[in-house]
Amino acid sequence: MGNGMARGIKQITLKSRVIIFSLWPGILGALSLLLLIGSTLAVLLRGSDALLLINELRNDSYIHRVAIFSIWQAVLSTVLSVGIAIPVARAFARQQDFIFRDLLLKLLGLPVVTPIIVAIFGIIAVYGQSGLVRATLEALGVSWNGNFYGLTGILVTHVFFNLPLAIRMLVPAWERIPSENWRLAGQLGMNTQQIFRWLEWPALTGSIPGVSAIIFLLCFSSFAVVLVLGGGPSATTIEVAIYQALRFQFDPAQAALLAMLQISICTIIVLILHRWIRVQPVYNIFSVSTNYRPDLISQGGRRFDLTLIYLTCSFVMLPLLAVIYYGLTGPILDVLLERTIWAATTRSIIIAIASTIIALLLSIALLTTSRELLVIHKNRGLSDLFYIIGSIVLVVSPIVVGTGLFLLLLPIGINFDAAMLVIILVNAALVLPYIIRTVGPALLDAGLRYDKLCRNLAINRWNRLRLVDWPIIRRPLSFALGLSASLSLGDLGVAALFNSAGAITLPVLVYYQLSAYRFDEAAVTALLLIFICAMLFVIIDKGLQKWHS
Amino acid sequence: MAFLTIDHLRFLYGSWQLSVDATLKENSCTAIIGPSGAGKSTLLSLIAGFETPKKGAIYIDGTNITSLPPGKRPVTMLFQDNNLFAHLSLFRNIGLGRDPGLRLSPSDHSSIRQAITEVGLTGLENRLPHAVSGGERQRTALARCLCQNRPVLLLDEPFNSLDPAARQEMLILVNQLRHDQHLTVLIVTHNPAEVAKIADSAIFMCNGNISECGDINELLENPKTPELEHYLRSPNA
Repeated sequence: MGNGMARGIKQITLKSRVIIFSLWPGILGALSLLLLIGSTLAVLLRGSDALLLINELRNDSYIHRVAIFSIWQAVLSTVLSVGIAIPVARAFARQQDFIFRDLLLKLLGLPVVTPIIVAIFGIIAVYGQSGLVRATLEALGVSWNGNFYGLTGILVTHVFFNLPLAIRMLVPAWERIPSENWRLAGQLGMNTQQIFRWLEWPALTGSIPGVSAIIFLLCFSSFAVVLVLGGGPSATTIEVAIYQALRFQFDPAQAALLAMLQISICTIIVLILHRWIRVQPVYNIFSVSTNYRPDLISQGGRRFDLTLIYLTCSFVMLPLLAVIYYGLTGPILDVLLERTIWAATTRSIIIAIASTIIALLLSIALLTTSRELLVIHKNRGLSDLFYIIGSIVLVVSPIVVGTGLFLLLLPIGINFDAAMLVIILVNAALVLPYIIRTVGPALLDAGLRYDKLCRNLAINRWNRLRLVDWPIIRRPLSFALGLSASLSLGDLGVAALFNSAGAITLPVLVYYQLSAYRFDEAAVTALLLIFICAMLFVIIDKGLQKWHS
Repeated sequence: MAFLTIDHLRFLYGSWQLSVDATLKENSCTAIIGPSGAGKSTLLSLIAGFETPKKGAIYIDGTNITSLPPGKRPVTMLFQDNNLFAHLSLFRNIGLGRDPGLRLSPSDHSSIRQAITEVGLTGLENRLPHAVSGGERQRTALARCLCQNRPVLLLDEPFNSLDPAARQEMLILVNQLRHDQHLTVLIVTHNPAEVAKIADSAIFMCNGNISECGDINELLENPKTPELEHYLRSPNA
């Protein structure tokens, strides 16, 4: 019995070793991330007294105002984005034979890859105080004396970014309605309202909470938009207040306190919304699977749908066209001959590529381990844990991580190299959830479908990645990496925090030019930024897609 | 006397063409058989109004229904899957057959209860579709068809996903309802021998045309065309 027991223990130990060895990439990736976030939290906790935090939360009216505004603007942005997205997504779903449908849906993907500061420039040019829309309205005799800066500007910009996102996330809901249900609706003589009530709304209720949760989180931790268009005492979010505490008041204790508040609120929100922030199955929004709809006969309905589609696309496209127009008509040569712009460009590209490579390695490590835990060891809890660790920036935002690292490095001095390293690491953590959420479902699908076959044929590790996984994840991965590179390149978050060390990036340069009212120069720099973002996206996306195993 | 007349019906799908001419008697049960891609389901879709013919007309009881939308046709159809709305109880799913807005009058309620009894679903009406068996789901869909009070019932391989015993049970139920409600039934099937127990006639379709039609037993026992002979010998039939 003793021998048997000893043999059993030996087998268990051996088995554990094999498991740990096979899971090491993910464990290493998770530990690196936890170290980054953990050191941030440690610094913040050291910098902010818990009692002081509670006391300030109770008594400080500034913190009250900032926290309430952060939540309020996020709620309004979410309601507006999702509320408008529902009829527009329905219009796209209904008008499947509309000749420009796929093109316009693709164009609605542009805001996602547009650097925030560039979009803000375009939005100010079109919808701002002396923008195109106001000039047109005044020419028509309609005057509006409201202030664009503040809540209005923040909402317009958040809707600009999130309305297309919501539309693209909601359109697949219609794809999930079985074609027989449409036929049934026709057979039962349902009118448009009844079709919406019995078919479309139930399909939408599966998607709306998830879409709303993601948009709410994005708006709640929105930094650049509020920094440029808000920022006054009445329109400041916690993220911007952290930046102001560090950059303008140089009050690390206040920054740490606000960062802890941001983490606490984000944690509560994620805990409340986590069941809706799931990895979505992959659907092709450009496919046409339903060729029968009983409510397409009315010409009035079609005109209404097309009007909605054109209005939405105009709202999104006008700022982007304005960037191109003002950029091309600006002082191109003067700006391009400046040395600072090329230094900033080189820095931005290095940051984008380095952070994308780090994010790629981390995501593959986390995802393959998560998959192995689910498919082979049938441990969903541990498998989900790796997903959650990869998405940790949803709770601890890049500005918060940047603040922690800023405070960590402060005693030893923040030089150029340290600033670059921090920007790269924080950007890698920033884009990680995008890669995980885009590639995860495909990688898991490959595992569920082919795991037994791979094990049967002894296709292991590298060969499996090369021959089985790569053909399946190539498309989503190349898209996610292209997107990540352009997001890192265009990010005005942590780069703005560390620019005093000389690490000025292209988005920071646009921000400085806008702040100094050098709009002509900002237009050219913005155009250069959008051009490099697009090039980087295309090179990575198309290049990787062509790279066959 | 012809009840359902399909008059020189033509339908194009790319280069593929369906061309059908047929008449069916009132209260009859006709099996539509044929290989995959022969046009069986397309024919049902044309009769139900989900597809628009290029030429020809469909008459039911002397009325041309070709230009009517599906909801206005005296026809009801049962599909292979997704006959029910997953988020509605069986009762509400059946109720949609009375009013698509579910504003049900007391007489609607009694019609629904009667249909539930007729298809043997008493006691299950408050359940959601996922909480009942495949056979019970198809019974629910059949009950809704009954509530619609439409004289033509089209069945597009509706019992394929059921086990043989449940399939048999459903066919017996359809036959009983046909007689009780005076329905004219068209059933697409890949199992002609099974349907022969309730069908009076059969239509064999091949490449978008009716290749043979007549008494079902006669057709199955003495196929006149090599296509039907080949089809009946195939493992699918």
